[in-house]
Amino acid sequence: MSEAKKFLYVNRRAPYGTIYALESLEVVLIGAAFDQDVSLAFIDDGVFQIAKGQDTKSLGVKNFSPTYRALGDYGVTKLYVEKESLAERGLTEDDLMPIIYEDENDNFAEKPSLIFVDRAEMAKMMSEQDIVLSF
Amino acid sequence: MKLSILVNEGPYTHQAADSAYQFTKAALEKGNEIFRVFFYNDGVNNGTRLTVPPQDDRNIQKNWSELAEQYKLDLVVCIAAAQRRGILDEGEAKRHGKGEGAANIAPGFRISGLGQLIEAGIEADRLVVFGD
Repeated sequence: MSEAKKFLYVNRRAPYGTIYALESLEVVLIGAAFDQDVSLAFIDDGVFQIAKGQDTKSLGVKNFSPTYRALGDYGVTKLYVEKESLAERGLTEDDLMPIIYEDENDNFAEKPSLIFVDRAEMAKMMSEQDIVLSF
Repeated sequence: MKLSILVNEGPYTHQAADSAYQFTKAALEKGNEIFRVFFYNDGVNNGTRLTVPPQDDRNIQKNWSELAEQYKLDLVVCIAAAQRRGILDEGEAKRHGKGEGAANIAPGFRISGLGQLIEAGIEADRLVVFGD
């Protein structure tokens, strides 16, 4: 295999109501085994996917939000969150789950996986990708 | 150019399914190589042989099956997405006790894992995504 490609998974939709968020996560988990350069982006209603305190009991749907917190164990450590999307929905960084990873190149120090960027920075990051999968 | 195609929406509900087919056909006719077409989300519904559209309408599944035969295309339906939507091949139908004749995967399609999508992205020059 040639050198790793840059894969970006763009999450644009709320976690429940449609299956896109869950099936996006399923691709991310499988794709993590391929040793590619993986990033996730959360824009628009996609920012709700990583919101704190999700409770799906009354929906009768599985709450899969804990899986995002396990992404670090799969080597998926770059989760870009668009600041404007948060602000437009009345959310702040404190409304999101703390998602961290252990940096194996830095004595397994715990570091945040969430990277907060503005719209222009998000666009620039997207333009640098080889593969963009949008859900 | 070597292309891979990802189809994320179902037939008749969403233009993406038609656009994916038209794009794939046009790309092949222009001499491009299609490494793989991968069906995910409701896109897996493009691969059921039980589709019966009205006679005066296009038959999306049949179009794909014929294109696959003509160009030896690799049409892959995601197994996880397919199972929760009731798309089965012989092996899966048997394994889940769905009875004789339950397999509904259309000719030219095969069921496999999500790794095939990642590989399609790695191996092709471009991965073209059709979705909402």
